[in-house]
Amino acid sequence: MINAQKALSRFGPRATAIGLALLTLIPVVVVASAMLNPDQAIWDHLWRYVLPELLVNTFWLALGVGVGVTVLGTGLAWLTAACEFPGRAFFAWALLLPLALPAYVTAFVWIGLLDFTGVLPTWLRATWGIGALPIRSRGGVILVMVLALYPYVYLTASTAFQGQGRRLLEAAQTLGVSRWRAFFKIALPMARPGIVAGLSLALMETLADFGTVAVFNYNTFTTAIYKAWFSMFSLPAASQLATILVFFVLALVTLEQLSRNRRSYATSARGSGGAQRIRLRGTAATLATLCAALVFLLAFMVPMVQLLLWASHIVATDLDARYLAFAGHSLLLAALGAALVVSLALALGYAQRLYPTPAMQLTARLATIGYALPGAVLAVGFYVPVAALDNLLIDAWRSWTGQEIGQIFGGTLAVMLLAYCARFLAVGFGPVESGLARITRTMDEAAQVLGSTGLKRLSRVHLPLLRAPLLAAAALAFVDILKELPITLMTRPLGWDTLATRVFEMTAESEWERAAMPAVAICLVGLLPIFLLVKHSDART
Amino acid sequence: MLALNHVAQSYGAKPVLSDVSFALAPGEIGCLLGPSGCGKTTALRLIAGFEQLSAGEIRIGGEAVATTSTAPAYQLSPEQRRVGLVFQDYALFPHLSVEKNVAFGLHALSATERRLRVAEMLALVGLSHEAHAHPHQLSGGQQQRVALARALAPKPRLLLLDEPFSNLDVELREKLSLEVRDILKHEAITALLVTHDQHEAFAMADIVGVMNHGVIQQWDTPYKLYHQPANRFVADFIGQGVLLPGVVISTHQVEIELGVLEGNVDGDCGEAGGCAQCEQGCPVDVLIRPDDIIHDDASPLLAEVERKAFRGADFLYTLKLPGGGHVLAQVDSHHNHAIGEKIGIRLGIDHVVAFHK
Repeated sequence: MINAQKALSRFGPRATAIGLALLTLIPVVVVASAMLNPDQAIWDHLWRYVLPELLVNTFWLALGVGVGVTVLGTGLAWLTAACEFPGRAFFAWALLLPLALPAYVTAFVWIGLLDFTGVLPTWLRATWGIGALPIRSRGGVILVMVLALYPYVYLTASTAFQGQGRRLLEAAQTLGVSRWRAFFKIALPMARPGIVAGLSLALMETLADFGTVAVFNYNTFTTAIYKAWFSMFSLPAASQLATILVFFVLALVTLEQLSRNRRSYATSARGSGGAQRIRLRGTAATLATLCAALVFLLAFMVPMVQLLLWASHIVATDLDARYLAFAGHSLLLAALGAALVVSLALALGYAQRLYPTPAMQLTARLATIGYALPGAVLAVGFYVPVAALDNLLIDAWRSWTGQEIGQIFGGTLAVMLLAYCARFLAVGFGPVESGLARITRTMDEAAQVLGSTGLKRLSRVHLPLLRAPLLAAAALAFVDILKELPITLMTRPLGWDTLATRVFEMTAESEWERAAMPAVAICLVGLLPIFLLVKHSDART
Repeated sequence: MLALNHVAQSYGAKPVLSDVSFALAPGEIGCLLGPSGCGKTTALRLIAGFEQLSAGEIRIGGEAVATTSTAPAYQLSPEQRRVGLVFQDYALFPHLSVEKNVAFGLHALSATERRLRVAEMLALVGLSHEAHAHPHQLSGGQQQRVALARALAPKPRLLLLDEPFSNLDVELREKLSLEVRDILKHEAITALLVTHDQHEAFAMADIVGVMNHGVIQQWDTPYKLYHQPANRFVADFIGQGVLLPGVVISTHQVEIELGVLEGNVDGDCGEAGGCAQCEQGCPVDVLIRPDDIIHDDASPLLAEVERKAFRGADFLYTLKLPGGGHVLAQVDSHHNHAIGEKIGIRLGIDHVVAFHK
């Protein structure tokens, strides 16, 4: 009995870790195998008519968004972390709020506002005779994506700037370097790993994005995969497009891993509190406040207010029983997915803690690599083997009983949940891993000397200390699944609409008001983990 | 109460401890003292049960808790050994109040008994008014005391302390080490302390084992470690001093530059066989402590002040002897001499510590 228990606790976490790593690798292998024996006819077609546009579009999008989020994120982070200006304390956390708005929501609000029939252009035409604003353009997509994604860089850069402590900047000053020069000579280079980490996250989101580019009719790999899937019903074409996308993603992952390895810049010296802030005066202070306010307005306030206005116009006529179904489906998926993600993350965390070997480190990295894989790729990568398995079972059943049956796994929640787990495991694993790291080995030993081991130690020491990280992990995974679009769109059971797919369908028909109502629900729920994040970082400083 | 018999431990091929043996009587406070990497922490973790020994036997309260003399080797798990352990980083549970931290190891008691024991422990360490505080709200010294109270609450047979004061500043360290000693003595607790700080060891322990390279070099009282070091390592590691070359004249006389030292030479030689093996004319190094050199204006023997360090109650002078050798001298603080000045000294040695060259 004790041996069995021991064997289980020995083998359980490790088996889970390896299983998870394999799970994440399935779509990569499936998609990559499409590249091993490509269909020449499809390949020729793609190469001639599709790829040139996709490559050019993706290049400009990545470049524009990359430069935009780096400048905006780093600049705002430095302003709020190192300077003092009117409204600084408010903007320090308010500038994180755009994280609550999915990019595809920000996108349709701005299109609705600035399109030919929008409020602002109509007024401009009537008053000044100015034609339509070119919002549905490459510049327009880039602008909206920068507004939606700059918080990633803002967050990591702020953390980096705050972690630098005052000692190094003071040392620079005693060496005759002014505060402003010290920013470029010391603060910025030291924060670089953090900035690069945030940038690579933002770029991964850009490559993975489906909803935003779809609203803009801006063709990228994700929209092409979707079209190949639904319009051409060509799995091989979808797979081959996915392979190329994965190639770009892997380049980004490498970049991010490199920055991760160099993240040990932050000084953890005790008593080295935050640096004294530079007090901005006069024009500089006004400019700083205006900059922060402008970004906050464009990225959060205007979209949010407009959404609420639209939703309020229509709530009386459009809110009916169907919405209960959308919301119910969304909640069910998000809750199931979050529970699954958190339990798997916990198992993975313990596997890593119990077996701190390089092999286990690698397994954990592989198992959490899914956050980099675009949802469209995961959808294809999981659908193909599941469909193959279904066909196998159907054939077997037919040859055995002579009867026809429908698909068994395809088009069920199981495929969606599998794909969600692969994509969002990293989101849950982050908090769990750092939570476990805070439980020192000596705490374990102290509990043991005092007579608490095994499950007793787990319930008396570990679980109470892990409550907050587990909650954070669940909240983050919940909101991410709620917002998720391509996986849900491509693998949901027939007619199974969620809030996110409803937003997508209404936007496709330019029904802004009807898209606004489910969008408001998603955004309001999305605010919860942001407040958690803000509260957490307040508690830290 | 605690006995280690021929204990050895190795990580792979690398030996960490070899043939470590010592014993503590009930109520005695022992200390393992040595530079970092000497194996003292490993010894402590072996006694607590967190490491497995490669050879030998550990007994606590007469009971063998780990031994390799049986097959398979026997190893009692840490939670069953009834030892208390105060960690270097205290390892207080951050989610529990002081009171609950102290109560953590009290399983068998009823709620009332538990409350009483916790109150008693907190009173003992002087933290009754902080019972509801959380660890992060306490100062380093207070956290230290909570860690001590938590370790003592279940009435362990033996208390182990791992570098218990190394995270505190110097003044607090001195004050707290005396306080902890008083508490342990008052409660008649057998304890073993591990440290690299000689002052801490001398302030706390009745008996000290100086360790180097996984071997106990000398297991003795602080007084004997200082005055009769068993070998060069102990002589060098404990206290200050210099080695001056000398020549054995007889079994109780050694001649050095400063004159002839009279003392029981053979007993004090740490080398194999001792100085009884020494023939006349055998070259040796003689240990001269700063307090062996007495400043005496009347003495004809003059030495030049080369460096001086004012330490409040006294000066520590580095003196150059006429023959070129150097000695340290501890001199009352009102004898303020300038660098370069020649001052009179004489020897005040009642026993000779000499090592073979």
